[in-house]
Order: sequence, then C-alpha cells, then structure tokens
Amino acid sequence: MRRVGVALKQKLYAFVLCGFFILREGDVVLYDVVVAGAGVTGAFIARELSKYRLSVLVIDKESDVAMGTSKANSAIVHAGYDAVPGTLKAVLNIRGNKMMKRISEELDVSFKMTGSLVVCFSKDDIFELEELKIRGLKNGIDDLEVIGAERLREMEPNISPNAVAALYAPSAGIICPYELTLHAMENAVENGAELKLECELTGISYDGDAFRLETTKGIVECRYLVNAAGLYSDTVAEMAGDRSFRINPRKGEYVLLDKVYGSLVNSVIFQLPTDKGKGVLVAPTVDGNLLAGPNAEDIHDKSDTSTTSRGLLEVINVARLSVPSLDTRGIITSFAGLRAAGSTGDFIIGPSPVNKKLIHAAGIESPGLTAAPAIGEMVADLLKKSGLKLEEKSDFCPFIEKYIPSRKMSESQWNEAVKKDPAHGRIVCRCEKITEADIVSSIRRTIGARNVDAVKRRTRAGMGRCQGGFCSPRVIEILSKELGIPLEEVTKAGGKSVFLLKKTK
Amino acid sequence: MPGKKKLVCINCPVGCLIEVTLNGDTISSINGYKCKRGIEYARAECTNPVRIVTSTVKVKNGCLPVVPVKTEKPIPKRLIWDCMKEINRCCVKAPVKIGDVIVENLLDTGINIVATGNVPEAREKNGS
Amino acid sequence: MKKVDLVVIGGGPAGMAAAVKAKEKGVQDVLILERENNLGGILNQCIHNGFGLHYFGEELTGPEYAARFIDKVHRMNIPYLLETMVLNIDSDKTVTAVNSAEGVFTIKAKSIILAMGCRERTRGALNIPGTRPSGIYTAGTAQKYVNICGYMPGKSVVILGSGDIGLIMARRLALEGAQVKMVCELLPYSSGLTRNIVQCLDDYSIPLRLNHTVIAVHGKERLEGVTVAEVDQDRKPIPETAEFVPCDTLLLSVGLIPENELSRDAGIELDPVTSGPVVDNRMETLVEGIFACGNVAHVHDLVDNVSNESELAGESAAEYILGTNVPDREEAITVKAGNGIRYTVPRIIRKQSLSRNSVKIFFRVADVNRNVKLAARCGNNILLERKKVKVTPGEMETLELKAEDLQEIKAGEELVIEVKTNGEGQ
Repeated sequence: MRRVGVALKQKLYAFVLCGFFILREGDVVLYDVVVAGAGVTGAFIARELSKYRLSVLVIDKESDVAMGTSKANSAIVHAGYDAVPGTLKAVLNIRGNKMMKRISEELDVSFKMTGSLVVCFSKDDIFELEELKIRGLKNGIDDLEVIGAERLREMEPNISPNAVAALYAPSAGIICPYELTLHAMENAVENGAELKLECELTGISYDGDAFRLETTKGIVECRYLVNAAGLYSDTVAEMAGDRSFRINPRKGEYVLLDKVYGSLVNSVIFQLPTDKGKGVLVAPTVDGNLLAGPNAEDIHDKSDTSTTSRGLLEVINVARLSVPSLDTRGIITSFAGLRAAGSTGDFIIGPSPVNKKLIHAAGIESPGLTAAPAIGEMVADLLKKSGLKLEEKSDFCPFIEKYIPSRKMSESQWNEAVKKDPAHGRIVCRCEKITEADIVSSIRRTIGARNVDAVKRRTRAGMGRCQGGFCSPRVIEILSKELGIPLEEVTKAGGKSVFLLKKTK
Repeated sequence: MPGKKKLVCINCPVGCLIEVTLNGDTISSINGYKCKRGIEYARAECTNPVRIVTSTVKVKNGCLPVVPVKTEKPIPKRLIWDCMKEINRCCVKAPVKIGDVIVENLLDTGINIVATGNVPEAREKNGS
Repeated sequence: MKKVDLVVIGGGPAGMAAAVKAKEKGVQDVLILERENNLGGILNQCIHNGFGLHYFGEELTGPEYAARFIDKVHRMNIPYLLETMVLNIDSDKTVTAVNSAEGVFTIKAKSIILAMGCRERTRGALNIPGTRPSGIYTAGTAQKYVNICGYMPGKSVVILGSGDIGLIMARRLALEGAQVKMVCELLPYSSGLTRNIVQCLDDYSIPLRLNHTVIAVHGKERLEGVTVAEVDQDRKPIPETAEFVPCDTLLLSVGLIPENELSRDAGIELDPVTSGPVVDNRMETLVEGIFACGNVAHVHDLVDNVSNESELAGESAAEYILGTNVPDREEAITVKAGNGIRYTVPRIIRKQSLSRNSVKIFFRVADVNRNVKLAARCGNNILLERKKVKVTPGEMETLELKAEDLQEIKAGEELVIEVKTNGEGQ
C-alpha cells in the first residue's frame, strides 16, 4: 500500500493520462482534512476550509447532503436570546445570525428576516418575556422589545385572542435549510473540496501521523479529522476511542400547509414555554407555505423519522393556541426530524480528549442551523490551533453560480430562456411551476440530484399540494434519461426505494 | 345437487341481495330482487357470467410502450385469465389505431381483442 | 397581446365538450390550452370500460370516449395548444401561459371556460403517520404507471379507499399479476358503484374491509407493510384491532379535489364544500364571463354528466360572447343545500336565463338513506318531489325543475333542496 497526497494525486492524474504512472488499486489517498458528515455543519466547515490550500474530503453515508437533522427542522434563523449567556450556543448563534445575510447572498439561499415573536398568554407571565429580553441583551442583542396585545395584533392579525404580549426579535428569520447546506457544500466543492456520498465511516485508527478511515467506499487517510456526523457523532468519536459525550436523538414532528395558508402569520411565532410544555412554533416558509411544529420526544432509534398520529395531533393542537385558525384541511404533508442533542447541553466543539487532531463539531441541535457558518470558522480556527497550516488561497470564490428557476424569471428572461432551451417552456410540476429545465439543471449541478427526493429538495418539484402525484412519472423519466439508468432503478431516496418494479409487458 | 348462491345486483345503486337456488346447472328459484332486471342479472350470473376484459398490449416502435385494448364483446368470466395470457403474449408494431384488431377470434370465442387507443410511431429522435 | 373570443383551459372531456358546443353555437374564435402532450385528459389512462352509456348510448373505454371528442375538435377545426401551462388568469380575462414553442404569452379573452379537472388527495392530506418509504401512490398515479408508462408499481398491494378509481385499480393490478391484499374503507359503505365492487373485487376475491383504515406505514426505503385497524362509529381506530399487513405498495383512493388555484388567484369565489367555483345555472362563476365545468366545478361520478354540463357551459359562454343572453345578475334565486344535502350545483339561478330551459340541480346527499324523498321547495311551496329507494353520497342526484315553476319564485328568494326521510335510517 502506498500513501499518496492529494496534491500529488492531481499531478498523478495527468500522468495517468500520459500513461507514465498509474494509481494502483490499494493506493490510499492522504487528505489534509476529512470531514465526516455532509449536513449543514459539515458543509460550512468544508466551505471554510476550502478557503485555504488544503486537500479536504467530506464523506457521508447518505445519498445526498443534508439528509439528517439539516433536512427536517424548523428552518429558523434564531435571533439568539434563548441560549444561556456564555455558552457556545449563545456565542455562535449571535455570530451566525450576523453572518447569515451575507452568506445567503453569496450562496444564493432564500432567507427572509421576518422577525420572531415569543407569544405569552397570561399577564402573570409577562415578566418572563422581560427576563428573556435581559438574557438576549447579555448575549448582545439590543433590539429586542416586549410588545403589548394591540401592537401584536397589528403585526399578526391571526394571532389568538388569548395572546396578551410578546417578545419581538426583529433579527430572527426564516431560511431554506437544505438549500443552505447544498449551496455551502457546492461552494466548497467548487473551491476544491471533494465530496463522497454513500460513503459510510466504519472504523478509525491513528498511526501517530495520520488517521486511517475505513469506509464503505474503501480506505481514506487524513492528517486531521473533523467529526460533524450529527446524530452519529458519538459513534464516530467512539471509533476513535473517545467516549466523552453521547448524542440523544429527540424527535420533532411537523406539519406543512398549502401556500394558501402561508400568509396566516408574517413572522416566526413561538410560544412562551410554560409548565404545560415548550410550545410549538408557527412560521411561514421561504417558499410561502406554513410550517407548524415541532413537538419533542426523546427516542432511541437514530433512524426513526416516522410520524405518529399522537405527535401530529399534539403539534396541531398546540399550534392552534397561538394561531387558532390553522386549518388541518390545508396540510399537504407531515414529517419528523431528529435533533442531535448532546449530553453536555451545549454544542460540543473542540479537540477530542484522545487526539487533538480529531475535532468534534457535535451536539449541534438548535440553534445549529443559524450557528453553522460560525461553527465553520471556529472549527477552522481549532484545526489551526491543533497544528494545521492555514494558507489562504488567492482564488477562493465565495459566490455560487446563481441558477434562476424559470418561474422566477421576468417574462422577457423566461422567453429568452425558452428560445435557448425549449425545456424552460415545459412545466413538469404544475403545483410549483417547475420546468423540465429546472429539473435537468438540478441533476447536472455541482452536487447533482440522484433521486426523486433530491430533485424535490433542489427544485420543489413534488413539494406542492399534489405531492408529486402528477409530476413524479415525468421526474422519474428525466432522472432515468439524465443518469442513464433504467426507470426501474430510479429511486425516491436512494437504496431500495424504487418506484417501478418491472414492465407490465 | 341443490345449492344456493348469493349475488349483489349491479344494475342500480340499490344493490339488491339476490339469492339463487340452483339444482345442478339449472335455477330452481330466485329471491330478493326488487325489479325484473334483478332476475335477469341473477340468471346470467349463474348460468353464463361474462365480462369485458381491458388491458394493454406491448407496442414496438411507438411513442408509448403500450396500447390499451379490450375484448370487443364480453367473454365468459372463466376465460379471463386465459385471455390475459393471450394479451401478454402479444406485441404490435406502431402505428396502432383505435379499433385495430389485435387478436382475432380470441380462444375460439369468435370475439376479437381490439385496440382502444391510438399509438403513433415514435419520432426519430427522442422528442417528448 | 393576442385576442381570442373564448379560451378554454383544459383539453380533457370538459374542455373539449365546452369548446365544441361554443363553436357550434357560433363562436368562431375558440382556443383550447392543454398542459399534457395530448387532448383527452385523465380519460386516456382510464382504459376500463363503462363510459358513455348515457351520452353515446354505448359502452366505451376512457380513451375511446376521449377520442370521440378529439375527433369533434379536429373536425370543427378548433385550435388547441398542447404542453401549454396556464400560469395566471386575471379577472379581466387575461390569460398568461407558457410553452416551449412560444415562451410566456398573454391572451386577452372575451370569455374563459375553466376546465382544469381535479387532483387526488394525498397521504399528507390524510396525515397517515409512519415512515416515508417509496411505494405509496395515489391510485391515479399508479394508473398512469400501469396503463400509460407500462410499468408495475409493486407486487403486493393494499388499497385505501373504495372509490371507483381504487376499485378499478384493484382489478387492473390483479389482472397484471399483482397480489391485491385488500381494499380498506373508512366508512361503513363504499362510495364506489356496486358494479365495480362485484366486477373488480368479488371477481378477483379481493376482500373489501369496511370500517377499516390504515393507521401506520412501515419500511425505511421501500414500503414493507401497513398497519390496518377497524374504526369505531366516530371513525377513530380501535387499537386492539390493529393488524400488520405486509405489502410493497399502498394505493390511496381517498378523494378528489378540484384544481382551482388559477380560479382563486383570479378572485373567483369558491364553494368551501365542493372546492369548485360557485356557479349559476349557466355554469357561470361569480366573475362575469368566466365559466366552469367538469371536475373543476365539482367532482363527478360519470364522464357523461361532465359532457352534458360542459356543453351547457359552452353554450352559455357563446351566449355571453354573442350577447344573446346576458341575464341581469340582480334577478337571482339562491339555491340552498337543505336537510341531508351536502352541496348543490348550481348555487344560483338567473331568472332571466330561464325563458326556455329547465334547470337541472345536481347535488349529493350527506348520508346513506333508504326510502326517502328528494325535494325542491321554496318556502312551503314544493316544486318537485321524487322518491328514492336508496341514496348515497357516492351517487350524484339530480332534480330537473321546470322554468315556469322557477319563474314563480321571486328574485332573492331561496330554493331549498332537501332529503325527507320517513323517520327511519338505513
């Protein structure tokens, strides 16, 4: 077995073409850094590292990025009053919140600073809003306001008549979490990072110089390892002999309502936690739907994202405390996400006690989505402290190539696009008005969609009120053609999740 | 060999439950119907039940992979599965037009299987 | 901007019948916009027989029924655009659409007929809990896979919902070699035709489980099974009856919803019960000059009724365009769904449009009932009464009222449609 550095590998590739030198089977590639986990945390770490002259590989066991917690969460950019002052959660939330506007522009991610409201239903509890405000001030947010019922109703005409006051945080917002993850990872890849999907980490050893990673796609070696494995980050730590923390999955169920109901609220509506429960949020989504959830249930199975009738009922009933007119007839889908709650109560970010070249970025539950860009910076800094040389690249490009979906073009732009490529004139998903060109582009982009759900996350085809009833046959056909695989091999979400078994005739 | 057969009449939404007493192959009595269409239905179902079978047949070189077909007339119910075997064995070349005979004299019933849809030839290049 | 007298949105059975009739009645300039790559709509995938007995007096399959109207459209030289998606309708009757030949374009119409059809209710709308594997399809999507694409979606199947599409698909999949394990129906009765229960389920020994529903979905990648349970009188699952049924496919046939997003954006008032536009006896919506027909107006059981209703819409649009009959909107009778009635179509009768026509009121009852009278009355004055041995919500009912009787009713008064029971239930 030989160990081949990546910079060398690229040169080797040229040699291979010339026939001088062949990368032999069994050759192991040595990366400067491997990031385990292609969720939003891993994506921002990779993006941060791609600013430097480093060879970086991101691996993930799933068939797409953002397949764990990053895919199914509240999609909120938190203001940062919630976390206990001085904790990583507080510091990174505030920093991430401040970064998000620029990040969303660089990465072409839908982000709206809608503001948030923590609604309180009893006059006796208003002091708790004041306490939250003080906590926020300690965390460095100076624009929080406790508002009375009248102003609240002006801002949110559909709020419950029982609401008496609210804490208003203008800097909170909503974002598309998988667009954020996908685009951050694509930007990293476009700046030289590598991404291997369906590549599960199964074992870690360290020879004093480098980590040797066993994966389902062979052996990989690296000088530094970043553990951003979300729900499974304790398993990854354990592979390296580190049992310093545990991840306890906590399930949250959500319901998503049709766009007709998207304007029921204008901002993110939280409920003041009471002894009866933590409450659920009701929020518009960047795409104009309405989201309600989550409840919270500690579970054991880290792959159990099933919804339950009890959980969904709880979400609906509790959501109606703040927005009584929430109509269950508007529900187009429901889903559950698992929070990767760490055993310390705070984010677990830092070098492993067993090896300082293993950096954990674990226990990233809420406000992890908001904090992700800040976590990226912090992890790069930690790697530097552990001895990794960070040499800035002159050619790092923070911008992602913007793709404008047909439906968002002006009439003249759209007409131009149709002239160049008639696929822009063929609507495939009628509910969301997604064209064939949009779908083809989602398959051909830097991190291309490989299955129907991945197309859906990238384009919204199948995300609308018919939930793919009309468009999935066409999407399957396009995937089959673009990927050069038979229709029977096109899946919903990788693995055995096929749609069609065999020809009828 | 006397036996009883229970049927739900399909002629109207009332759905009368009809009881037919059979003596071998002959009907000795029919009960439970509310109109005379019920008697006719029960008689036919007990002596010679028939069904129209619809399915699809494979098409070569068509813009669609299959063409819908039907038995031109109802065939005896007991022949449904044999009919499906015939249908599944078939392959026609595009273009196919409504009414085209796909299988002549199906299983010696004197009934044809005909196309019920149009499938033009595939265009040269993979247009959509 | 292109100008067209009549734009028909949708080239399915409703749109074609409306366009043909409007042209017959003298509108020269008709254009059909269709989103699929052929005319015919959903009929093209309904390859079973049973269509046309009322309208054509013979039994046809779906594609054959569609072909008859496609032929008419061709014979009458009615232009149509395929793979053309309407993006927006304005209340001033401007239609914006897109296709690959012309890009985005706008048409100013004198009148519009909405004929966009309906979509199926999904798992999300039902909130069936569990995992999210592949193998769960609405019955119509599965029908497209089997009948148009030529693919089997699975080999062991449970069907939820005993509406006609569910029953038809049970037979289709059985005939093509799948094992159809059962059809579950939440209600104590099927909303499908008796004929379909006999010929699609009984013929193939497929059990129909009334008062049963699917309470959970299992399987991480492909569906591995469902949990089926009996429900009590309040339609709540009884936990002790829960039973795991292994299957790789779950078909949902749990209702159709008129597709009225375009109508809503145009400011057309919708009926919360039908989810279709509120229409008058000429199938005109509350926006003057915009008409609706077929499943976009309310979900029909029989395509034959769709054809008739759409011809009425086509004729009314023609009268509107030609100015031969534009009734005063003030002179209106309100039709009310009374005791035991879920909804009526129309909801309004324009008195000035009654000169020669009788008016057919289509409606659905709320519950299954035997030995009832269906009645139309205004105050205490009974206009029409009809005995029925059995009524069910699955079967659309009609009462045809004479124009002269309706003329007796003053504008602003209510015409009530109701079910009169004899005190005994079913």
